[in-house]
Amino acid sequence: MRLITRQTALAAVGAVMLCGSLAFADAAEIRVLNWQGYGTDESFAVDAFAKKTGNTVVHDYFTSEQEMLTKLRTNPGAYDVVLVNSAFVKQAKDEGLIAKIDTSDMPNVKDLSPNLGKEPNLVVGGDTYGVAWTWGVTSLTVNKDKVSPLPTSLAVLWDPQYAGKVSIRDDGIEAIQFAALATGQDINDPKDLDAIKAKLKALMPQVKAFWGSENDWNQFFSAGDFYVSTYWSGGAGRSIAKGLPLKFIVPTEGAVGWLDSLAIPTASKNQAAARAFINYMIDPEFYVQWAAKGSPMSANAKAAAALPDTSFNKVTLGDPAVVARVHFVKPLSEDTRKKYLELWQDMKARQ
Amino acid sequence: MAFATRTDAARAGGMLTPAYVWLAAAIFLPLSAMLFFSMLSAAPFVSSDWRFTTANYAAFFSRSLYPYLLARSLGLSAIVTALCVLIGYPCAYVLARQIRGRSREALFLLIILPFWSNSLVRIFSWAIVLRGNGFLEVAINAVLPFPVSLSLMFSFTAIVIGLVHSYLPYVVLTSYLALQAIDDSLVEAARSLGAPFRTILWRILLPLSLPGLVAGAVLIFVPVAGSFMEARILGGRAGTLYGTVIEDQFVAVFNWPLGAALSFILLAVVFVILGVASPVLRRAR
Repeated sequence: MRLITRQTALAAVGAVMLCGSLAFADAAEIRVLNWQGYGTDESFAVDAFAKKTGNTVVHDYFTSEQEMLTKLRTNPGAYDVVLVNSAFVKQAKDEGLIAKIDTSDMPNVKDLSPNLGKEPNLVVGGDTYGVAWTWGVTSLTVNKDKVSPLPTSLAVLWDPQYAGKVSIRDDGIEAIQFAALATGQDINDPKDLDAIKAKLKALMPQVKAFWGSENDWNQFFSAGDFYVSTYWSGGAGRSIAKGLPLKFIVPTEGAVGWLDSLAIPTASKNQAAARAFINYMIDPEFYVQWAAKGSPMSANAKAAAALPDTSFNKVTLGDPAVVARVHFVKPLSEDTRKKYLELWQDMKARQ
Repeated sequence: MAFATRTDAARAGGMLTPAYVWLAAAIFLPLSAMLFFSMLSAAPFVSSDWRFTTANYAAFFSRSLYPYLLARSLGLSAIVTALCVLIGYPCAYVLARQIRGRSREALFLLIILPFWSNSLVRIFSWAIVLRGNGFLEVAINAVLPFPVSLSLMFSFTAIVIGLVHSYLPYVVLTSYLALQAIDDSLVEAARSLGAPFRTILWRILLPLSLPGLVAGAVLIFVPVAGSFMEARILGGRAGTLYGTVIEDQFVAVFNWPLGAALSFILLAVVFVILGVASPVLRRAR
């Protein structure tokens, strides 16, 4: 009961704040560019937003980051809000595709977790180019029936006790990022590649198989092929819901994070309405409803706090100390990407 | 070509045209496109700034990884082919020369049956069987008094098992046809002159059925050298092969030119191997 009253109270506060600040200025049609089925196009949200502000929302979708950039380049003025992963914000800004956002009329922005809302990929020189929206991590997962005590360090991947019971994703960049964490280096710019190579070489005999998809992961885990593995926070939430006995852990060394932001294209003619929509997207009222249907973690600390205490996202990622340990992925140059791929191929072929 | 009359030639042309048009469209055109891709610096749909280059072929020789994996894949091919011949040929012999009537049809059906299911389904069913605590291990432990731990899944052995199962019907079918065509009177004559089975097999059956056996072996050797799906699913961390690296170039890295060049190098190496083996193959015919 207490929970419901708190949610209702938050919802009411959100509604009042929105109406107070924007109060049907002038109705517009907001065109949103996003992945399909990713929050902004929830019908309850579109209806609620139209009721509040009089603005209608229509959607267009992309299926890759490159397609998103291409659509912005070739259709200036066609979109008012666009989802940009934090790793791509700098590129979009440098190409002049997305505009500086004046957050003064967006009351929810002040509630963003500081290290998400002010993430250097999104806020450049004090100017906001992307409003932090949702985030997640790739981190350590163990079978809690088989691994005790629960580890707090990535070192468990190298623990001889679990030799042949370890899995990581078949992805060179991610493998190198985890080895960088384990050797205490910057995941986006590791200086000592030899240490990483040595660390990965030591990991190979521990590994039973590489997983590629969430489906692989669930299968291998259920069959007992591994007890210790890397995994996505979103996938972990779904696997727990399926009844798998797993524990998702953000170790002391940190975890690899992704952060999605909402941005406003430079050529948008409805910037005020776009800001209102983004403000609604980071509102706890919207987030709690979306989370009930299965969503990633919100970047808004108040929205995260409004989740039920038992929800996977709140239990795993709700602690600010955990948020502080997450390292967000930056874009890689083509040369680095190639170098990492070759390192990974060599590592896998000759063990 | 020797045709009795012009109408015969026209009729033959009419019957051959659909097949050759189809072959040209389905094999020659895509293959030419791939050959074109293999000589570009970047796929045209990725970057508008592309030019012709031989760098993709040079890449094969500049990294020892590629020759190493190619040798590994050819080794796997040789093992799988040898196992298929050892298992398939006796099976084809029994089917063709020992069993008659309806039971032969039934047994034949059992061999062809796997062909009717999707290869992915077959590989995934092997994954269920081979897995630690999987079907096979549970079955063996139910029979034996002492515990046996099979950990065949995610190993080179698992890849070999999956591939042998997938490709065995080829060698059975081709050997069966060759063995069945051998005139019974030859074998009877040999037997009436007192030849033991060993001699009959070595002097009559094997030489006369060799074309079928070799055709089956070639049908297996070539696709296994480029296989990747079985290794991906059954190989675990031992599952990196030449085929999986090519697949990565197309699916994960989007470096189509390099993937295409690696494929053509495989094609060339396979041609060289068949060329070297051709005197043997010709004698077999």
